[in-house]
Order: sequence, then C-alpha cells, then structure tokens
Amino acid sequence: MAVEYSFSKEIGDMMYASHKNPITECLQCGTCSGTCPAIEFMDHSPRKIIGMIKANLKEEVLSSNTYWSCASCYHCTVRCPAGIDITEMMYALKRYSMWKGQFKPGLIGPDFSESFVKMIVNSGRSYEPILAATYLPKYSASAIIQEAITASGLVLGGKMSLFPKKIKRIKNLQNAVRRILPLGDVS
Amino acid sequence: MKAYAYYPGCSLESLGKSYHLSTLEVATKLGMEFAELEDWNCCGATAYFPVDELLSYTLSARNLAIAEKTGLTDFVAPCSACFKNAYTTNKYLNSDPDLADHINFALEADNLHVQGTMHVRHLIEVLLEDAGLETIKSQVSHPLNDLHVAPYYGCQLVRPRKLDENVESPHYFEDLLSALGASPVEFESRTRCCGGSLIITNRAAALDMVKILLQDATNSHAQIIATTCPMCNVNLEVYQNQVNREFGTNYSIPVVYFTQLMGSAFGCSPKSLGISKEIIPKALAKSQMEVIRK
Repeated sequence: MAVEYSFSKEIGDMMYASHKNPITECLQCGTCSGTCPAIEFMDHSPRKIIGMIKANLKEEVLSSNTYWSCASCYHCTVRCPAGIDITEMMYALKRYSMWKGQFKPGLIGPDFSESFVKMIVNSGRSYEPILAATYLPKYSASAIIQEAITASGLVLGGKMSLFPKKIKRIKNLQNAVRRILPLGDVS
Repeated sequence: MKAYAYYPGCSLESLGKSYHLSTLEVATKLGMEFAELEDWNCCGATAYFPVDELLSYTLSARNLAIAEKTGLTDFVAPCSACFKNAYTTNKYLNSDPDLADHINFALEADNLHVQGTMHVRHLIEVLLEDAGLETIKSQVSHPLNDLHVAPYYGCQLVRPRKLDENVESPHYFEDLLSALGASPVEFESRTRCCGGSLIITNRAAALDMVKILLQDATNSHAQIIATTCPMCNVNLEVYQNQVNREFGTNYSIPVVYFTQLMGSAFGCSPKSLGISKEIIPKALAKSQMEVIRK
C-alpha cells in the first residue's frame, strides 16, 4: 500500500542539508512574523504558512506568494525559539513548487531562479544584462522605463560591463552539474 | 606578508568594481596579500537554492576546492552572499560526510576534491581579526573628521550564524569606523534586510525595504551609509532614485563600501578606491566625495 506522506514530511525531505529542521515543532508564537521585513507583501505570514503546512493545506500554500517574497535575510531563523531554520524552509517550498511546476501566476522569482542557473551553467558567472532579459518581459511598461534609466546610467558610468565573462573550465563545470541534474543540451 | 585565497564574486567584477579596487588597496596597506582564486564560479547568491540544494552546495564547494588546492588556509569573501554560501557549504562539508561525498562525486568532473578545511570569513572579519584595530589605526593618516556614518551590516554577514556571534547587536563595524576617526551613528536598522534579490523579483517589496533603511539613516543624522556587501550597496545607492520617484521622497544619502572609507582614511587616492566610479545618482557621487574629503 502506498504511504501517504504529510506535507510537512514532504517539505522536510526537501531540506537535506539542514535535516532535522523541526518544522513540526512550531509553537505558533509568531516571532518569525514579527521579525519578517517582507511580511506586508506576503499573502500569508510565515507563522501562518507553517501552520498551513502542518495542517496539510498543500494547495493553499503552493498558490501563495509567501515563500517567493522571502529575501533570505535569516532574521526569523536566528530568532525562532523552536530552532526552525525558517529561511531554509522557504527555500524548500520554492524547490517544491519548482519541482511541481506549480506557483502563483505572475511571480518573477521562479523564472529568475531558473534563468540564473541556466546562465551559470552556460558561463560560470553572473551577468546582469542576461538576467534582465528574463525578468523585464514581466515588468509593467513604466517599470521597464525605470529600469532602463537605471541601467543606462550604470553602463555609462562604467559600473556595468557590456560583455559577459566565461570561466575557463566551463565544460568541466557543466559535467559536474550533469552529475547532479539532467541538463539536456547546453552550449 | 600573509596570503589569503580571495574570492571576489561576480558583483565585484561589475556593479561592485569599486569594492574590489578599494579592498585590494586596503589589504595592501595592511600588509595582506589577496590572491584571487583561479577560474572561480558564481556562488549563486540566493538563486540556486530554489532550484536544487545539492547544486547550490556543489557550486560553492567548487570555489572552496580551488582555494584548498592553493595550499592557503584562509578564504576571504567581500560579498556577504558569497561569504554566507561559502561558510555554510564549508560547515556542511565538515558535518555531513554523505553530502561531502555527493559534492565530491560531482567535482570529480572538474578534477577537484574538497575537504572543507578552509577558514572562511567575510572581508571585514579578516581585516579586523588579522590586521586588528591597532594596526588599522596606525595606518590612518587622514582621519574621517567625525563623519557621521551609518554602519550597515545587512543580513548575511551576521546571519544565520548563531554559535559564536552576537547576531542581534554586533558592534565591530562601529569599532572600525571609530578607529578611522568617523562617528558611527545609532543606526537601528543596521542588520535589517535591504531586500536582496527582491529588487528584481518583487520590486515593490524591495523598494519599501530600501526606503525604511534610508529613512532610518536620515533619522539618525547619518551623512553617509557604509556597506559590507555589493547587493546592499546597489539596492541602497542605485535604487535610491527609484525610491524617491515611488514614494515622493527626497533622499540623497551617499552610499560607500566600508573599504572606501578605510582607504580614504589611509590617504589612498579617490580614484584608486573607485570613488570616481560611484555614478548613481550623479549628485550623490559628488556629495560622497565632498562628505568624505571635507
């Protein structure tokens, strides 16, 4: 008989390196929510999202923007009295939703992460203009203009290079990545 | 002269070039040799983790493996995100042999092997712990004349570590600024987040977070904000105009890397510290110069 795993176990299993991350031990004290600098922009507070995970409300959690609004500042993590690495849990939720291909429509975070990884697999280093091409189409017209003003200032001021860099052993890096993820064809 | 494995990270090649220049300048003044890692790769900042956990640690471990190969013992990163990723990867390499095996299986494809033996620290820690406040003081030829500086630690320099460190109210940045002759202001938001990559993925949230920092710096009568991370620096400096347009505010606070203040106090030329490269917004660059050099 197939075993039905709880959502909290599924998320726990997405946190290999911080295993024993005790999300089920949450006291619902709300220290994380009181600490979070991005809470205003979240559909559900961090405290509530942990409660929802424990209550198996998978669909509701996956359709929220909460974990994609986490800036990874680790303030909740260092303050949690139950010792939960909440930031790592937010990453686990991101991974889970990427894996399921299920997230709230209109978010830029999933595309950004995917493009970022592709860029690194292609060149080994980060280069802002390549990234911009992935998120600008999702911006409003006025936001694109704001970004163009900022970017042209950066290029003219010599802060931003016009050419991407590529590491020397990029083929080796790609082969290393192949031992972790199926890559398909990369140039 | 003690040598360090120096991992600049991607930002220091572009947006944070002035951080790179001023870091090397200051290190030289303090008798430290920063040897840049050969063929290093991007640490992933916050963008690998949402895709795959093992990938994140492996790509950070590649840099550690390259550093270990040099025979040097100290790994220094000026970017807080690079630092945090290298630090946690190093920690897990030591505490989780199974994870280390998986990482090494992947790194074999690049003829590398990582053990987790590097002493990984952020630049500001290396300068304070190894050179020390006394040596830093002894290099000060142009004290910063009670310049009111907001010491902005940001997030990943101080968190998520919790064992041996005061994560709620650190004071080493203030100590450093005082040693340079500056007056660190009481900056309540000094470890509050700048928004990081939300500036791209959730612009409204990030601008709001930046605004809170700029307002707090203004309230504390800071003449300038000093940062320890290129992402913090970019969010506070480059997006200051967007904050003003968005909220109808009128912030005009220069933002510099702490190494630029150190270099200024050591008498290095503004150009060698990349101060001329601070271009956004133009008015800020001008006031930055004036404020530091007044």
